[in-house]
Amino acid sequence: MDASVKFRIAKSKSMQGLTIVLAFACVLPLIAILGFIIKAGITKINWHFLIHIPKPVGETGGGIANALVGSLIIIVVAAVIAIPIGIMSGIYLAENKKSTLAYWARLSVDILQGVPSIVIGIVAYFWMVKPLGGFSALSGSVALAIMMLPIVVRSTEETLKLLPDSLKEAAYALGMPFHRVILKVIVPCGISGILSGVMLSIARIAGETAPLLFTAFGNPYLSTNITKPMQSLPLLIFNYATSPYNDWHDLAWGASLILLIFVLVLNISTKLITNKWKVQL
Amino acid sequence: MDSTFNRDLVAPSEVAQGVIQSTQKLKGLQAKKRLNRSFRQIRTENVFKRTLVIMGLIMVILVFGILLTLIVQSIPSIKALGLGYLWGKTWDPVQDIYGAFPFLLGTLITSFLALLISIPFSMGVAIFLGEYYPNGWLSNILKNVVELIAAVPSVIYGFWGLAVLVPIVRSFEPKIGVPPIGVGIFTSSLILAVMIIPYAGSLGRSMIQMVPSPLKEGAYALGATRWEVIRRVILPYTKSGLFAGILLSLGRALGETMAVTMVIGNTSIIPKNIFAPGNTMASVIANEFTEADKSVYLSALIELGLVLFLVTLVINLIGKRVISRFTNE
Repeated sequence: MDASVKFRIAKSKSMQGLTIVLAFACVLPLIAILGFIIKAGITKINWHFLIHIPKPVGETGGGIANALVGSLIIIVVAAVIAIPIGIMSGIYLAENKKSTLAYWARLSVDILQGVPSIVIGIVAYFWMVKPLGGFSALSGSVALAIMMLPIVVRSTEETLKLLPDSLKEAAYALGMPFHRVILKVIVPCGISGILSGVMLSIARIAGETAPLLFTAFGNPYLSTNITKPMQSLPLLIFNYATSPYNDWHDLAWGASLILLIFVLVLNISTKLITNKWKVQL
Repeated sequence: MDSTFNRDLVAPSEVAQGVIQSTQKLKGLQAKKRLNRSFRQIRTENVFKRTLVIMGLIMVILVFGILLTLIVQSIPSIKALGLGYLWGKTWDPVQDIYGAFPFLLGTLITSFLALLISIPFSMGVAIFLGEYYPNGWLSNILKNVVELIAAVPSVIYGFWGLAVLVPIVRSFEPKIGVPPIGVGIFTSSLILAVMIIPYAGSLGRSMIQMVPSPLKEGAYALGATRWEVIRRVILPYTKSGLFAGILLSLGRALGETMAVTMVIGNTSIIPKNIFAPGNTMASVIANEFTEADKSVYLSALIELGLVLFLVTLVINLIGKRVISRFTNE
């Protein structure tokens, strides 16, 4: 064989090797993070950790019950705000492909998806915190709802676009009015795709910290009042991780592990659902 | 039906008469009901359609609302500080001196350094999954794992960086002749690089998979090796798509807040080298927003938010436009 041909083949092989090495090197940081957080967090988690609120500096023990409850409330309220609006505007975009408003709405959803989370925090501060006169969990939920919206809208639109037109035509031929066609035929057919979009959006906002800094603000005590400041898992991690106390670091490691497991389980189960139902997101 | 006509033909018994009358009544009622129902349905249909339009409008209103809020709230700082604010070199709120240049520089350096570090890896993922092994369980796992990188909350990246990466960086900093601080621009770029790999990677993969196979087969038939096909056919063909993926990950890097805030060191001095601590636009907002006691101070921070919003908006729109043009071709 010619030397230059040999060289070309060798070059091709070595570039293939390099590509494989680079591609699999991306997995390393994730494994390192997972491994470290499991190692640091697993010893901190026990029943006591889950049902108690943090102790003041200097006392060992204490838990993250306030952050767990707070995160749950903030996420549920955000989902209640965002899901109906998101699904309805997704339906609008899927049903009106050509209208001018749909063009602008689609552009807006694209823009919303890229807005840095800290900017949404600023805006929620002026929309909710200033008028209501103080930091509140509700304002945090509004900020998170704004972050959820683009994902819900996009997944709804993409799912409904994939449904065959014949479904809708058959329903119209039976004399069904528009709203019944949508609510009884189109949405039930696309429900798996819509649901996985909702789950994905919840997984995304569950770990968001920046929008909560100036809205939900954090609270060292257990609170269930959504008009008052409330603690949440990411806020607790941020505040305690940047503190100089080892006891607080321990709390933050345990909280990180719980948050990480929650987010990854949501993501992986969404993947499994989309694979099972052959939904494209 | 006419009742007199009926009476002429047959002599109806009283029972039959009653039956006829009641059925007539019933039919009238039914017709009325049916009419009512279709009216109601038409009304519901219109209400439903109108609600959908309003929901579509909400998206547009949200974006305009965000833009408007940012502009209105940053007017005090624009009035007081003018355009020079953006390249003022000192940031000292205590003495009412506001200059955003340290943060602009910090944001640009961290983002581009992160981009530089992440490009080889994200392109490796894209080429590996798009061309070498598009199918199979191994590639499936790699694909999902890379997407999970984007799912990990940024505050957890920050905490991990603080606990693991900062000591590592601190330990090798004296060897290259810089003070061992650990936190700084270089550390935050490393964390950012990991965080933005999935964006360019998975987009690049789908772009590379769309290259028509006749093009590749033609090159193979001419005797090209696998790498030459990638280098001379696939990469030129997907150039714009790969560029868009890199743009989108740049957009993410610019706006990333928490991880950067935790490891960049938070000083408002212009960084002397890439190992020095600094601040980005997002991190200075996160740190100082709740402490801002003067209206100009607060407004100056919001103006940073406005700049951040506009820059990410432009970058994202260009990226999306390039992608949609590429996929429609």
